[in-house]
Amino acid sequence: MAERDGRPQEQTPRRPTLGEPAVVLDIVVEAVFHTILVFALYLHFAGHNQPGGGFIAGLAIGAALVLRMITGNDPIRTRFPVPYEAVLGVGAVLVTGTALVPLVLGNSLLEHHTWEVDLPVLGAVKATSALPFDTGILLVVVGVIGMLLQVLGSDDPIDPEVDPPVGASSGEQVG
Amino acid sequence: MIAVLVLHVAVAVLAAVVGGRLGRRVFLLTALAPLGTVVWVLVEGGAVLDGTPVEQRAEWVPELGLDLSFRVDAFALMMLGIVGGIGVLVMLYASEYFHHEKGLPRFAAFLTAFTGAMTGLVAADDLLLVFVFWELTSVTSYGLIGFKDEDPAARSAATQALLITGAGGLALLAGILLLTSTTGATSISALTELADAGGIGGTQASWAAALILLGCFTKSAQVPFHGWLPGAMAAPTPVSAYLHSATMVKAGVFLVARLAHPLADLPPWRPMTIGVGLATMCWGGYRALRQTDLKLVLAYGTVSQLGMLVAVFGSGESKLLFAGSALLLAHAIYKASLFMVVGIIDHSTHTREIPRLSGLRRAMPAVVVVSVLGGASMAGVIPLLGFLAKEAAIVGYQQAGFAAAGLALAVFVGASGLTTAYTLRFLWGAFADRPGVTTEIHRPGALFVLPAAILAVPTVVLGVAPALTDEVVRPAAGALYEKAAAYELILWPGITSAFLLSLLALAIGAALFAVRARVEALQAVLGRQRTAADHFQRLLGGSLRGAARVTGLVQHGSMPLYLGVILLGMVAIPLFHLIGDVRVPDGAVLAESPLQAVVIVGSMLAAAGLAVTHRRFAAVLLLGTVGFSSAALFVLQGAPDLALTQILVETVSVVMFVLVLRHLPDRFRVVPWSTANAARIAVAGIVGAFMFGVTLTALADRTATPVDEDVAALAYPQGDGSNVVNVTLVDIRGFDTVGEAIVLVVAALGVLGIVRANRGATDG
Repeated sequence: MAERDGRPQEQTPRRPTLGEPAVVLDIVVEAVFHTILVFALYLHFAGHNQPGGGFIAGLAIGAALVLRMITGNDPIRTRFPVPYEAVLGVGAVLVTGTALVPLVLGNSLLEHHTWEVDLPVLGAVKATSALPFDTGILLVVVGVIGMLLQVLGSDDPIDPEVDPPVGASSGEQVG
Repeated sequence: MIAVLVLHVAVAVLAAVVGGRLGRRVFLLTALAPLGTVVWVLVEGGAVLDGTPVEQRAEWVPELGLDLSFRVDAFALMMLGIVGGIGVLVMLYASEYFHHEKGLPRFAAFLTAFTGAMTGLVAADDLLLVFVFWELTSVTSYGLIGFKDEDPAARSAATQALLITGAGGLALLAGILLLTSTTGATSISALTELADAGGIGGTQASWAAALILLGCFTKSAQVPFHGWLPGAMAAPTPVSAYLHSATMVKAGVFLVARLAHPLADLPPWRPMTIGVGLATMCWGGYRALRQTDLKLVLAYGTVSQLGMLVAVFGSGESKLLFAGSALLLAHAIYKASLFMVVGIIDHSTHTREIPRLSGLRRAMPAVVVVSVLGGASMAGVIPLLGFLAKEAAIVGYQQAGFAAAGLALAVFVGASGLTTAYTLRFLWGAFADRPGVTTEIHRPGALFVLPAAILAVPTVVLGVAPALTDEVVRPAAGALYEKAAAYELILWPGITSAFLLSLLALAIGAALFAVRARVEALQAVLGRQRTAADHFQRLLGGSLRGAARVTGLVQHGSMPLYLGVILLGMVAIPLFHLIGDVRVPDGAVLAESPLQAVVIVGSMLAAAGLAVTHRRFAAVLLLGTVGFSSAALFVLQGAPDLALTQILVETVSVVMFVLVLRHLPDRFRVVPWSTANAARIAVAGIVGAFMFGVTLTALADRTATPVDEDVAALAYPQGDGSNVVNVTLVDIRGFDTVGEAIVLVVAALGVLGIVRANRGATDG
């Protein structure tokens, strides 16, 4: 936990989360990480008409985070200190919010609307209010996975009665 | 009316926010709220007393037929006058009563909120709305009784009051729902109209009436639910003067009065109200005679008086409804002033114990005058308001037509004797000189005494000028039952039998007071040391222990047992039907393609390996294999969305597992073979066989049209998306998705909490 004990996170001695570093894996993951993110965004926006959607896109982003985790090049705490609790919260608000907005406007719960706009370059673009709802789902999934990786991937012993974590401490400094 | 309620809310919030800077002057701010009620009463009062109720209605939850509908008729107007008028005085009194106690803003906010809830309660017409305000008074009074939250006695008293009145509230709600569903009338006014047309009767209505009465009895501290009221004396005196004289305890009486005319002819009504009411009247009076704490004398006296009000109103007879309205007014006025007197004495001498009080008579003559006037009204001494009201009640019983009215009259007169006796005990206890006792007295300031003194004025004026009182009481009673408006209060009736009975009650009281030492000795001999509060505590403790035992039995903490129970519970009933009725769908084939067979066999091998492996890591990988096999099946069947989801979920969860495994030993604990293992294998086998059978039979036994065609047909026109799976998720069953998302969030927070809690323990 970054905030715990008020210690700056960089001071904490770090070692690869899972075993020793593997160069090939590291480089491959570095290469595909952003591609996966872009692909996830594609899945997200294509979802309404083709395979994909918020849930799957969220899982894909989660899988990308998992890959980074495996390389031991843990991005979750160091390079992107993303507050996953906040992501989770924003997602939950978005999901319930878009569900409730039609109710306030006098329609039934979760009633969706579609707008068609002619944009200069893209041509006719169709947007539905299901998109923010789906985005909320995406954020919830990413938030859950990120948060779990954070707490489970942390090196603090989970249970005092269990042996110390496997894999020797290399004392490597990260970040 | 709604504006007045909004004023209460606004003032309560304001008091909570800025009250900290005002000190005890915060009560001068909060006095504005009941002052608003008083102004409203003065402005609208004339028309209401002339017979045109003020009605106001705003839609709230139309689906439940629940409206914010208010209807202030003359009876509600009288109650509003009491709630508002005494409310202002209590606020003024509180501004002198407190010094610099902690949490005054919170207290003031609660008191204002309570005042608002009570105002809404008496003005509400819709029965469900009555219930809402009823519960609000319970909740806010919890905060008021428990004001001294460092004091365990206050906390326990507050809890007791909340639990008893809360349980009664549930009974009331059940009664209201039953009543509205049987009669179709959702408001008090509609119910009255229906009763006038003779439309209320039957078993269900009787049950409804009994349940409603149960609620009223808990709120108005009737035997055997009265224990919370003496306990609530742990509250600061302004609370007692307000909640336990004029308002909250009157809520039950108020509802009994309101519903007496419509419901009195239902079989349980009169036996319950008159029986319980008179029993409470006697028991409260009896208990009051042995208290040594002045406040408890008054508290038990209040229990007794509430019993009287319930018994008088409950009869539903026109004359008694009239008398009850007068009694209600009289009681609110004198009891509030007497409670204020107790607070003054408590402040000036730092004790309320009778044996330690002496010499107060000379130190605070004004307080003596106020107390004597209030007490005399309570005992029913001519020419005070209490006398007129009680006289009307005695005449009412004499003329009453219901069974056993004579017996009720006898008990009523006897219990009035008890009232006189404890009134004398109160006055004697507070102001008599006790040889050998010196009490240190700080003289109370004039402002402190003023509110109580103001209340003494109507006690006298409304007594000597009955025509003035009639102006209010007659329309009020008439609002309950038209015929009740025909009577008038009489100051000097002549030497009638009713007058003689009044004198008899006074004489009994005086005699009981004269032999008080013997009465106390007798009570000590009969001496039931346990109070109702003790019984309540025993009941509460017993149910808590019982709950702990049941929890220990059901929530034993063994994960395999939980799972076993859940799984067996899932299969139990369907399995019973399934046995001997397993069907195979027409045209079933073993496998549709060789690839399918390969995937399935692989999945089965992985599952079998999972069950026998000793290494945790291997188990996780095998579990993953099963999952990925499912994904492969989805691909083969042409379901890309499902396959994609399954693959991603498996990927993430396998890694999560591995992360957890870092903290666990490499191998599973080796468990020697036991019957527990056999049981687990049996459960697993049964559940597996069951699921197989269900899947087969369900496919063979299809009766309804598959829903996927409808969903596919709806997807584009309704959801504007050609991916049916996604449209289903976000639109067609979008509400389910919301629920699932919330479950996901809650589960994640739970995991976070558990892991962090363990870490915290390690670090600590």
